[in-house]
Amino acid sequence: MPEEDLDALVQGVLDADHTAIAAALDCCEDTRPGALKTQRALIGRLEAKTPGEHTVVGLTGPPGVGKSTLAGALIQLWLDAGLGAGMVAIDPTSRRSGGALLGDRARLRFGANQRVFVRSMAARDQLGGLAPATRAAVVVLRAAFDWTLVETVGVGQSEIDVETVADSVVLVLQPGSGDTLQFMKAGILEIPDVLVVHKWDLGVLAERTKSDLESMLAIVADDPRDWTPRVLGVSALSGIAVKELAETLRAHRAHLDASSELTRRRSESRVAWAMELYQRRFGGEGVERLGGNDALRELCESSAGSALDCFTGLASRAGFST
Amino acid sequence: MSDRPWIFRTYSGHSTAEASNRLYRSNLAKGQTGLSVAFDLPTQTGYDADHPLAAGEVGKVGVPISSIEDMLTLFQDIPLDQMNTSMTINAPAAWLLALYIASAERLGIARDALSGTTQNDIVKEYLSRGTYIFPPQVSMRLTKEIIEFTVDEVPRWNPINICSYHLQEVGATPVQEISFALANAMSVLDSIGLPAERMPAVFGRISFFCNSGIRFIEEICKVRAFTRMWDRIGLERYGVEDPKMRRFRYGVQVNSLGLTENQPENNIPRIVLEALGVTLSRDARCRALQLPAWNEAMGLPRPWDQQWSLRIQQILAHETDVLENEDIFEGSVVIERNVAAMEEAAWKEIERIQEMGGAVVAVESGYLKRQLVESNARRVADIESGERTVVGVNSLQDGEPSPLTQGASGGILSVDESAEREQLERLNTHRARRSQADVDSALAELREAVQNGENVMPPSIRCAHAGVTTGEWADTLRQIFGEYRAPTGVDAPLRLAESDRISQLRRRVDEVSAQLGRRLKALVGKPGLDGHSSGAEQIAIFARDAGLEVVYEGIRLTPDEILTSAQQEGVHLIGLSILSGSHLSLVPEIARRAEIPVVVGGIIPEEDAAKLRAEGVAAVYTPRDFDVGRIIAEMVEIVAEANGIA
Repeated sequence: MPEEDLDALVQGVLDADHTAIAAALDCCEDTRPGALKTQRALIGRLEAKTPGEHTVVGLTGPPGVGKSTLAGALIQLWLDAGLGAGMVAIDPTSRRSGGALLGDRARLRFGANQRVFVRSMAARDQLGGLAPATRAAVVVLRAAFDWTLVETVGVGQSEIDVETVADSVVLVLQPGSGDTLQFMKAGILEIPDVLVVHKWDLGVLAERTKSDLESMLAIVADDPRDWTPRVLGVSALSGIAVKELAETLRAHRAHLDASSELTRRRSESRVAWAMELYQRRFGGEGVERLGGNDALRELCESSAGSALDCFTGLASRAGFST
Repeated sequence: MSDRPWIFRTYSGHSTAEASNRLYRSNLAKGQTGLSVAFDLPTQTGYDADHPLAAGEVGKVGVPISSIEDMLTLFQDIPLDQMNTSMTINAPAAWLLALYIASAERLGIARDALSGTTQNDIVKEYLSRGTYIFPPQVSMRLTKEIIEFTVDEVPRWNPINICSYHLQEVGATPVQEISFALANAMSVLDSIGLPAERMPAVFGRISFFCNSGIRFIEEICKVRAFTRMWDRIGLERYGVEDPKMRRFRYGVQVNSLGLTENQPENNIPRIVLEALGVTLSRDARCRALQLPAWNEAMGLPRPWDQQWSLRIQQILAHETDVLENEDIFEGSVVIERNVAAMEEAAWKEIERIQEMGGAVVAVESGYLKRQLVESNARRVADIESGERTVVGVNSLQDGEPSPLTQGASGGILSVDESAEREQLERLNTHRARRSQADVDSALAELREAVQNGENVMPPSIRCAHAGVTTGEWADTLRQIFGEYRAPTGVDAPLRLAESDRISQLRRRVDEVSAQLGRRLKALVGKPGLDGHSSGAEQIAIFARDAGLEVVYEGIRLTPDEILTSAQQEGVHLIGLSILSGSHLSLVPEIARRAEIPVVVGGIIPEEDAAKLRAEGVAAVYTPRDFDVGRIIAEMVEIVAEANGIA
């Protein structure tokens, strides 16, 4: 892409122009060999120009728990406050056909409102609950909007990836679903910054789930992050406590700013992205060429620039062409 | 001594109240014995003719009724105290019933002289027809209030007609039809929470609306199973002692799903056989029957087409000996065995739904919808593979050209495009003529009553008298209850049979995707108010199975919403589905503004299809195109071509 076109694209994204955002996202999803160069330029410029207060929130939890409905309620609240919101909604890919049904928009109806942009993505062969282009899409949307939501596939144990893409992670659970115990076993309760017991209007059952969660959190609460995860009872349909959730997210962001946590998370996210790209492209043999996983991580941590710059550097160091 | 015949009806209404009134009077003159009112989609979804979503839909699939003036026109010179009127109205059932009662009162007819039916079954709207407005729980409250009101005030009224009809139209098996409908009825009765002494009266007023398909022996067994199970539910679950109150009372519209656009004359024998399924059993015979017209899959039927279907009923009732015998299946070992098997399977399914918390919970969780989407996918796949024979469609396709479709009209009614403008004028005149103070206070009273949990009917009747419009009534309730989007069901974990054809298609999709740089992505959407989504659902599922990424948003979308989604999602193609006949008003705008190919499917006459293609639509599909695999393959090639891929 010529320089001036790239500049216009970057400016369009920063202005939250829908045509520009759509084009930037299409570019990020492009898997053809020549696309990396443009992606690298685009991501680098967007990251450099993104307003510092823009925040990414990950929404995770089992299927059917109402993540999309909750996302819709949060977005509406932000819109009402004069803010803008982007969203990446991820659905599973059929392993047999490679196709996918992306149905989350049905619960997110904002018409032609220019302050919202929702892109659905299929998880493809990625196992971690994100889609291959999610991280790049997040960079694009974060550059454009105050808040960016990432809604994961919701398949339980593989949800851990969302931690490396979001500034704040919200785990959404359903009353009495029995998932809480499973989540604890899988170590997932260590990940969220906020826990939501959704469908709060179910009454006693919901309250019991909330207190179960609180006591489980007390067990895992030797948290070095200096933030005690909050548990909220929310109902997006009845409008219960959505505002509290938004306020909690703001409080968490303030906590990230006040500590060194934001820098740590964003840097961890960059490393995770670079490693993921490298591992996907060059596999175990590629990792061995750089001296194994730990060496790879160290190289990523000490490199400069965006994750894509880092990936390109790693590849050339290992003697691969990109 | 012969039995009395069932009520002969024809589901009808179109254009304006005046035009529909003319049609009703001519149908009655031809020996029709009851009326069945079809409302247009804006009325069914609670919008006035001037709402943006109503554009193109006014007067299309039924009659627009905006106020008491329209209702009075609709029934002009028809004696309401002698008429049995069935109204296909659900989310705003309380409102249309209020208009009917208020119209009668204007004419000096007492409430207890009125007889008829409000369909008022919201559960099947979420599952199939799509003309819901409010969330399930509050909708059930409205249903319950109509029942409570009519049992006391309009005692000859059937306040609810639980519909299994529409479930079969979206692919339900007989067992699903029985079990979903009965579970639905149980949810309604449970939600009313009546004292035991009131139960028999209410139980006795619940009626059903069933379907009858071409496998008519199976249908005979189905209605017999229905009859036995409803009787048992009445006795065991609700303690209704009087067997008369436990009669399974049902009306029927026979199956439209199986009517074909190819060799459309074959639909007449289909309709006759389907009518047999619900009339042959004396002990399980329908109370009222509606037969579709032979040309329904092609477009709107003309009065002559409807007359032909009415004559089928009259010949069956008056010329044959069907009404003269006792129950002819009594003692039949085969029928008994089939009924028992169906009953057993249906009880099991009812138990499963009850365990989930009843029909409403099973709607909200998406369970019922997913089951139906799956059954329909199986049905479609069976037709495609030839497992299920459809004469003239997937077998015996060669035949003589039909003389029935040779006329200038192509054998269908051409739509009167001036109806929408006329209705807008009527609405404006009405608004200008009424007392705004009256309207405001009636609406305020309605709001207060509903917020205080009082019965919705009395203040709605007051609104009707004050000249409130359909949109104003529904908006008042929308503000209190909110609006709802039902689960789409397309996330059903389907397992369609693998075949060489699908593997080949997947390879092509992979190839095109590789050249596009990302996986081929399509948006499937339903513009307008038409809620019949099974065609769109099947396309979405099959496209997914062929390897496409499919964005599916469900029903009731404006062209703006569809174009916005297409842009945000970065899709390569837009697929639209419209069955309401409003394709010419909605599709060209989308095709003009989209920068990617647009294809459309629906009940689209050839003349209109040509117009759409001239407007830039890449392909038009009609019920003739039963082979979904071929449609998907063509969509892939359309994308390839648009992107310069060989």
